[in-house]
Amino acid sequence: MVCCIGRLTWSPATGRAPQDRATLTGSVITAAPSADADAYIPAMALTCTDILTQTPQGLCCPIGGFHIDPVRPVERALITHGHSDHARAGHGAVLATRETLAIMAERYGEGFAGSAEAARLGEERRIGEVTVRFVPAGHVLGSAQIVIEAGGCRIVVSGDYKREPDPTCLAFELVPCDVFITEATFGLPVFRHPEARSEVQKLLESVALFPERAHLVGVYALGKAQRVMALIREAGYDRPIYLHGALERLTELYKSEGVDLGETPKATGARKSELGGAIVLAPPSATQDLWSRRLPDPVTAFASGWMRVRARARQKGVELPLVISDHADWEDLCRTIAETGAGEVWVTHGQEDALVHWCRTQGLEARPLHMLGYGDEEEGDLGASSRPEHPPDAESRDRGEADPAEDSLEGA
Amino acid sequence: MNRFTALLDRLAYEPRRNAKLRLMADYFAHTPDPERGWALAAMTGVLSFRYAKPGLIRGLAEERMDPTLFYLSWDYVGDLSETVALMWPAAPSSSPLAGEVARPQAGSEGGRGAELEIDATASSTPAPPTRLGLRPSPPSPPGGGEYAPGIGHNTPPPHVPTLSEVVHGLSTASKSDLPALVAGWLDVLDETARWALLKLITGELRIGVSARLAKTAVANLGDIPPDEVEHIWHGLEPPYEELFAWVERRGPRPESRDPAPFRPPMLSHPLEEEDLAKLDAAHFMAEWKWDGIRLQAVCGRRPDGRLVRRIYSRTGEDVSRAFPDLVEALEFEGALDGELLILREDRVQSFNVLQQRLNRRSVTPKLVAEYPAHLRVYDILAEGEEDLRALPLVERRRRLEGLVAQLANPRIDLSPLVPFSSWDELAAARRDPAAAGAGEDAAAIEGCMVKRADSSYVPGRPKGLWFKWKRDPHLVDAVLMYAARGSGKRSSFYSDYTFGVWRGGEEGEELVPVGKAYFGFTDEELQRLDRYVRNHTMNRFGPVREVEYGKDKGLVLEVAFEGLQRSSRHKSGVAMRFPRVHRIRWDKPPREADRIEALERILARGEAEVYPLKEQAKGAAS
Repeated sequence: MVCCIGRLTWSPATGRAPQDRATLTGSVITAAPSADADAYIPAMALTCTDILTQTPQGLCCPIGGFHIDPVRPVERALITHGHSDHARAGHGAVLATRETLAIMAERYGEGFAGSAEAARLGEERRIGEVTVRFVPAGHVLGSAQIVIEAGGCRIVVSGDYKREPDPTCLAFELVPCDVFITEATFGLPVFRHPEARSEVQKLLESVALFPERAHLVGVYALGKAQRVMALIREAGYDRPIYLHGALERLTELYKSEGVDLGETPKATGARKSELGGAIVLAPPSATQDLWSRRLPDPVTAFASGWMRVRARARQKGVELPLVISDHADWEDLCRTIAETGAGEVWVTHGQEDALVHWCRTQGLEARPLHMLGYGDEEEGDLGASSRPEHPPDAESRDRGEADPAEDSLEGA
Repeated sequence: MNRFTALLDRLAYEPRRNAKLRLMADYFAHTPDPERGWALAAMTGVLSFRYAKPGLIRGLAEERMDPTLFYLSWDYVGDLSETVALMWPAAPSSSPLAGEVARPQAGSEGGRGAELEIDATASSTPAPPTRLGLRPSPPSPPGGGEYAPGIGHNTPPPHVPTLSEVVHGLSTASKSDLPALVAGWLDVLDETARWALLKLITGELRIGVSARLAKTAVANLGDIPPDEVEHIWHGLEPPYEELFAWVERRGPRPESRDPAPFRPPMLSHPLEEEDLAKLDAAHFMAEWKWDGIRLQAVCGRRPDGRLVRRIYSRTGEDVSRAFPDLVEALEFEGALDGELLILREDRVQSFNVLQQRLNRRSVTPKLVAEYPAHLRVYDILAEGEEDLRALPLVERRRRLEGLVAQLANPRIDLSPLVPFSSWDELAAARRDPAAAGAGEDAAAIEGCMVKRADSSYVPGRPKGLWFKWKRDPHLVDAVLMYAARGSGKRSSFYSDYTFGVWRGGEEGEELVPVGKAYFGFTDEELQRLDRYVRNHTMNRFGPVREVEYGKDKGLVLEVAFEGLQRSSRHKSGVAMRFPRVHRIRWDKPPREADRIEALERILARGEAEVYPLKEQAKGAAS
């Protein structure tokens, strides 16, 4: 059970704390040189901010000696899911679901961290002074919420999540808690995602209407691409779905995890005539790129929650907006917060202001964390820049779904 | 309403002009009167309602929704109609789902206790939340139904008003009845139709269709030149049944009952210095480019012999009512193209002065006396019944000179030609208009117009005939201080930049904001600027972010602007005219940005010689 590479060790699920307190505190200080380092107090009197605080690296659990989805390298990181703004390379030790680890290895190479251990969903483990559990988040393959408990206080770090069914990943599981830490990518009442199936239907109707034109669908490489393919298959479409090269490896990974996506040949290998009437998936940046010139008179579509807003679609030259998102929409954000029964809500990134306001009107404690780094530092890919089909590193291959602060077209 | 909605929706996403034309022509061909006529009126911007205004929409929104959430959403979406269309909550009784989940409206609900029935197992088939009064997404119709844009896209309601009904209602309802009427429609319309309805009310469709394009689509129905439609347009009224009958060959050409029709203007291209080498100076004529407002003055006799006089804006809007003093002077039959200026004691006043006249809502005798309107003409499109547009410019000029001489009215004069025999000579005149014959009017000149002597008057912006050669702008290196999100197409970008220059303050050197620019950069630069703003945010004030700036950190923008004026509204005491980002100086350290003294010098020079005549204007006005 114990994986020990380098200096750090994850305790077994049943376990005792592997390190004495001094060591632990020491590592916290190096990882999080903030005022919180000396905030350690005995377990019985813990409050939620003792369990989880914010440091420049991201959310930090000082008494567990780890960070969650840190944006800079740390000694120990718990990772919620594989999008590049949450899962970064270079940490000392990483604990994440097996699928997330596989995604990280695929993108960054096997040496993406000093050591890596797979967390089994639902299994409790003791880390330092806290108990930790990974629970499905319904966002992308392998995505998980992280439940932290100590001193009778339970905090759920949801990472990114959605409530809508997704054939490519496990459904979100609700965990009642005291403090719920949520994203707010679509934290405005204008965001109400339609059923993804009806959006895919729209795509298929357009394909039937323009049998001579290619349908070029912009999708994020991790999660969205595979979900859209799975939905297209569910709708009974069994012709090949052509892929941009940047989508291939993660799609293969999904397939090897047992997600049936049918035949997905490479678009670059196909003749132009072959692509008339075909569905072609590409990263958003490629839809207005030179790359798309290989397609016969393409109808440009884009599958993203941002497509709710017309200006967004027009900015990207999208003719067929498909509102398909891997994030919770406004109603699901509100519903989820209510259903967890949390008395306190922290909002990590996205449209914090509106969600915090709503929580307060509901009598809930709420605060925005204004976390930088989730999307904020990512390169916008609003389409004007051309990106090579085989970029040198994973960072540029898929900018993840994290919506940068509030607005880039990333993610979603 | 459904067909019209579908049309607007498709137009909004269709980037190609020809495809837009096809979509519109198809709609006109398959939609009966009077529906299509009202649609045409909407797309040409003819519809305007007395009480149905954006304020009404805001009022409804604030009533039905949490105002904080509404304003945050509006700020984000950047478009009032779209925001309300997306957020509009279901009416308690209108949704078939409402019965099952009916609970009190959310915003008003108190503590959380009662409604928090936590049920972890419910996650797969959750009860829709109704606390916000937001309607849950309905199940999509089997097979996808029509081009259903999605969720919150309600199922088609049983009673959808026609476009004619909507237009009728908006025109005739009393001010007090209107809110309930509009709210009732919003309740039954689906999301896209709500958007279309609200667009009708705000009057700005923003679907990338100009009035000209819509008229072209009508013309295409019957293979008629678009200018023909343009020519009779101002004599027509919605819903344009006569017009459609004519283009469909079912009726006669509607008589241009308006004896003073608008004719689409001929526009110019900017001239770059390098273009000059390719052009032969001998083929061209030049005039000053006046810093005023382009107008078209048209007069014609009605059958009863009465003279109809009209002043049109460049876009064909009848603005006669704003310039009664000028209308009075129009004692001719024909159509003149020229520039609206304010003249005092035969001196052309600056654009700043002109703006004083333009910005007033009501035209009082005092305003007319203080800011007398003047028309400086440079072209003639028609004289009497005769259309002169096909004649070469040099010939039209002769006719124009004759007409102006005959008019002999001090309010209307000729824009003089600028003599030149080589481009160098013209360049010298452009650099120093005062010395080249413009004299004291040089202050209101923003460059030269260069026109081919043999050019006919071609509506639109034909290539290679007319050029504008504007003065070089002023430039200043300023430091980016704040950024705000844009609107419309740029709603997601930090695209409005407030910049400052250095000045000596009480606590040493400080940056003082001097202006705001929101264009001048490419889309790619915008993305980079946007990213810069996000990554260097120090403070947030609602939609505005303050970025990092100081002697050694920050971003320098080279800002171009046309003029400066003193302003008590700005901390720096100056206001820029037409500022835009000329270059982004990623390389330049902020400490090397310009100081306020640089602007003071331009201001002083401008007051003395070129642009900002503000001070003199003030002097003259008092």
